Amino acid sequence: MTDTPVSPSRSDTAQAVKAGLRRRYAAERRFKAYGIAAIGVALLMLGILFGTIIANGWSAFRQTYVQIDVLVDAAEIDPDGNRDPKILSRGDYEKLIKLSLREIFPDVKKRKEKRELYDLVSSGAAFDLRDDVMADPSLVGQTVSLWVPASDDIDMFMKGYISAEVAEDERRVSDKQIARIESLREQGRISTGFNLRFFTGGDSREPELAGIAGAALGTLWTMLVVLALAFPLGVMSAVYLEEFAPKNRWTDIIEVNINNLAAVPSIVFGLLGLAVFLNFFGMPRSAPLVGGLVLALMTLPTIIIAGRAALKAVPPSIREGALGLGASRMQMVVGNVLPLAMPGMLTGAIIGMARALGETAPLLMIGMVAFIVDLPKNPLDAATVLPVQIFLWADSPERAFVERTSAATIVLLVFLILMNLGAVLLRKKFERRW
Amino acid sequence: MPNQTSSLSYAHQTVEEAPSKVSTRGVNVFYGAKQALFDVDLDVPVNHVTALIGPSGCGKSTFLRCINRMNDVVEICRVEGDIRLDDGDIYDLDVVELRARVGMVFQKPNPFPKSIFDNVAYGPRIHGLASNRDELEEIVFTSLEKAGLIKEVRDRMGEPGTGLSGGQQQRLCIARAIAVNPEVILMDEPCSALDPIATARIEELIDELRQIYTIVIVTHSMQQAARVSQRTAFLHLGELVEVGDTEDIFTNPRDERTQGYITGRFG
Repeated sequence: MTDTPVSPSRSDTAQAVKAGLRRRYAAERRFKAYGIAAIGVALLMLGILFGTIIANGWSAFRQTYVQIDVLVDAAEIDPDGNRDPKILSRGDYEKLIKLSLREIFPDVKKRKEKRELYDLVSSGAAFDLRDDVMADPSLVGQTVSLWVPASDDIDMFMKGYISAEVAEDERRVSDKQIARIESLREQGRISTGFNLRFFTGGDSREPELAGIAGAALGTLWTMLVVLALAFPLGVMSAVYLEEFAPKNRWTDIIEVNINNLAAVPSIVFGLLGLAVFLNFFGMPRSAPLVGGLVLALMTLPTIIIAGRAALKAVPPSIREGALGLGASRMQMVVGNVLPLAMPGMLTGAIIGMARALGETAPLLMIGMVAFIVDLPKNPLDAATVLPVQIFLWADSPERAFVERTSAATIVLLVFLILMNLGAVLLRKKFERRW
Repeated sequence: MPNQTSSLSYAHQTVEEAPSKVSTRGVNVFYGAKQALFDVDLDVPVNHVTALIGPSGCGKSTFLRCINRMNDVVEICRVEGDIRLDDGDIYDLDVVELRARVGMVFQKPNPFPKSIFDNVAYGPRIHGLASNRDELEEIVFTSLEKAGLIKEVRDRMGEPGTGLSGGQQQRLCIARAIAVNPEVILMDEPCSALDPIATARIEELIDELRQIYTIVIVTHSMQQAARVSQRTAFLHLGELVEVGDTEDIFTNPRDERTQGYITGRFG
């Protein structure tokens, strides 16, 4: 045995390694660069998405208001003088608003000019005035100074979406109206302020009166129904299938079908809801209860699959420890396994709920796409939900609905972020190390 | 409790004099089609430590898990034969009752992700052994004392059991098993994940515990078997090759496979 066969081969190895090092590290750097590029593209897209939505939508949170001094003429709204609420509610408040506008611009005489003048303020102004008077009948006979919403076209002009440079017949605000706005501005009678109505009102055909509260409440009711149904059902199914069910052909079939169900297009669930809940059980149309039922069915497989994965991830040593001490199967599941699986189950539930939150198609089938002005007071009232409201507004021709569409999207995203935040906090609360 | 005080007297008896706590006849275990144990007949003397030794995969752990029916959990596992606890067939007992009487300590310390107190209180709670908080505390403190852990954890009962060191965790698991007040304690390689000092502590503990409990221990280490047990059973390829007093097995093995294993020729 000489040492010659060993030493050359060793130096060969070293040389080969050295020669390849540069290439290896270059490959690693390239790989990292691809990863960073991928994340960069994703972040850029997200940035563009949020950027455009916020840029388009933020102006909907502000609204142009016009100050008018209304003489609440007793002769017009309360001829008998007894402040009867029934009579008061039927008064012609629109006439009072028109009169007060004419007072600001006494030169207006012709019919067309009058109409243009009245179009400065929203048709909702009369309702605002009526509500004020109904709440405080002592206003009758007095002159009330009131900030009323401007009409959507004036609002758009004030926000700069309608340019005065465009030829008059190509824009929705006439030269005369622009002159009046200027004169209102000089008198300090026009200004923009926080658009409270957007957050407290229901839907409306008039953009300046349309609010998101109806859809937000509808979403809230629907989500409550989904949570109340899908979470307990999903957790119970997952626990039974994972911990108690015998492993045989039937449970295999059930498992395959749950996985299939998770992949079923959502509109199919809408058809199911229409056929079963509305036509067979005769449940109310457009109701968050039915929407919640449909979305709960859609969410259930997601929650079951996530729940089973969370249960599978609990280390067997914990189960054995409990069983070895003589715990019954249920004591083991409830006392040891579920607490450890809870964070994963909650995450699954929130992911499923987040998907349900953004769902439009199945709700169209059960009538939640209707135009509904009133706020839903319970899950049986007719309602719509945020994504459907976005769809409805996006479909509307008025320029002012463009910014409201984006604003509604912002509200939907805030809902989503709040839900995810809730998921993170719940995880933190329930998470235990082992 | 009462049969425990009476059983105290057996500890000083020789292995031959002590009656059997657990006895098995013709135990066969199958995993699906594969047979893991072949006709195992073994008597476990009361208040003594019986060690099961043998090379990896010889069926020691499988046999141990037959005694408290932990194999029931394994879907494909089938157990045949006669296993008796105090002359009663263990399959006549409810599995929960059996496991309350036959406790188990596992290879890897597996404290629950709960406080130290709750870990030990788990067994008494699920079996309803304590009628009030004072009794529960009494059981928990006595168990921790018997497991030799009380000094280290007295001031941190509310801290998670998973925060203890490996050796402390294993003693916590022993305390947890003791708290149910079992008659037999099964130990499945309880020291294999521990360092030599922690191992020595557990071995001392096992020797103390045999005054009160009957112990069956599976171990990879022949030195450990020699140190802690009074009786040793050697298993090989699913067969019980030889069983006898520990001293005899290690000094004067009858079977050549036993001799080969303890002298280190295979295993």
